[in-house]
Amino acid sequence: MDKNKSMTSPLKSAKGLGSAKHGLSHWIAQRVTAIALVPLTIWFVSLIAFMKSSNYESAIETVSNPLNATLFLLLIIATFWHAQLGLQVVIEDYIANKMTRMTLIIITKFILAIIGVLSALSVLRIVL
Amino acid sequence: MAEFKLPKNSQIIEGKQHPEPKTNGQKKVFKIYRWSPDDDQNPKVDTFTIDIDDCGPMVLDALIKIKSEVDGGLTFRRSCREGICGSCSMNIDGTNTLACLKSIDEIKGDVLIFPLPHMDVVKDLVPDLTKAYAQLNSIEPWLKSDTPPAEGERKQSKEERAALDGAWECVLCFSCSTACPSYWWNGDQYLGPAVLLQAYRWIADSRDENTGERLDALEDPFKLYRCHTIMNCSQTCPKGLNPGKAIGEIKKLMLERR
Repeated sequence: MDKNKSMTSPLKSAKGLGSAKHGLSHWIAQRVTAIALVPLTIWFVSLIAFMKSSNYESAIETVSNPLNATLFLLLIIATFWHAQLGLQVVIEDYIANKMTRMTLIIITKFILAIIGVLSALSVLRIVL
Repeated sequence: MAEFKLPKNSQIIEGKQHPEPKTNGQKKVFKIYRWSPDDDQNPKVDTFTIDIDDCGPMVLDALIKIKSEVDGGLTFRRSCREGICGSCSMNIDGTNTLACLKSIDEIKGDVLIFPLPHMDVVKDLVPDLTKAYAQLNSIEPWLKSDTPPAEGERKQSKEERAALDGAWECVLCFSCSTACPSYWWNGDQYLGPAVLLQAYRWIADSRDENTGERLDALEDPFKLYRCHTIMNCSQTCPKGLNPGKAIGEIKKLMLERR
């Protein structure tokens, strides 16, 4: 008999380290941001269509409008929050190696944080 | 990485071509996955042609006919032949189902028969379900209650009993779990639709007093939330059950108790 072969019971492997007691907040946030993105994306696309023929100055003016700026910021927050939640799940699904998985998740979130904060600051810079 | 290609020693090669029977009856070709742990060879697909006029109507009947008349070595699990024991689950014509409930007539062209996908194979059409059974064990599928029964038995109203419909009928064939991509990629942690349906069966039971603890044990990004509502489970269930909906109900209860 191979004494190096694991002799733990199947039940022990199935139970693993037990339940992490989380996952619900992630699941809710993913759905709430998805729903929020429906009206925000419709608003964004129609605004772009509306600004199609406007010049730089009037585009700046449109974005500076407090309501538009607020919606812009909400769109950015919802998009990047949703993206980081979703990509985390995709990576967890397909990358089996725990080290690679964790590293990739952190890198992905970091890149999304950079683009997200950059986008938000760009809007704020136009407004302020 | 999730494995998208079979390892070299699992790649399927063409197997034995058994001669056609000399009859005037209607013939049907069965292509069946064969693998033995004893001969160090790659899995093969053997071709059997049988006279289906001289055979029962179901795929299981054909398998039994092949085993008794052509190749006695063909290995598969079977018992009740009426869809109640859950033994003969396998992949037939591209779908996980019970061989005893799948009629040969339904299948156009050759009948392809493989073991349940993405499980270790014990031999031929017999998958190793040790992990799945242990996962079922881990959700403690029995009644847990501190209150002693009033008079001999624990009573339920008609409505309370009806809450178990769609869950108690499961015969644990694991067709659903082995049809689920999430279970393929993360089956070591994700419990899979069959086990989650059973978890729900005890959560929904009005007599069980352990509901909170049961939900606690499931609240995990992998055990429960790996379900991405792909719904292969409900599509494939040979008993017409809806494990996907049961998982949705568990998620709803998680939200409700928050």
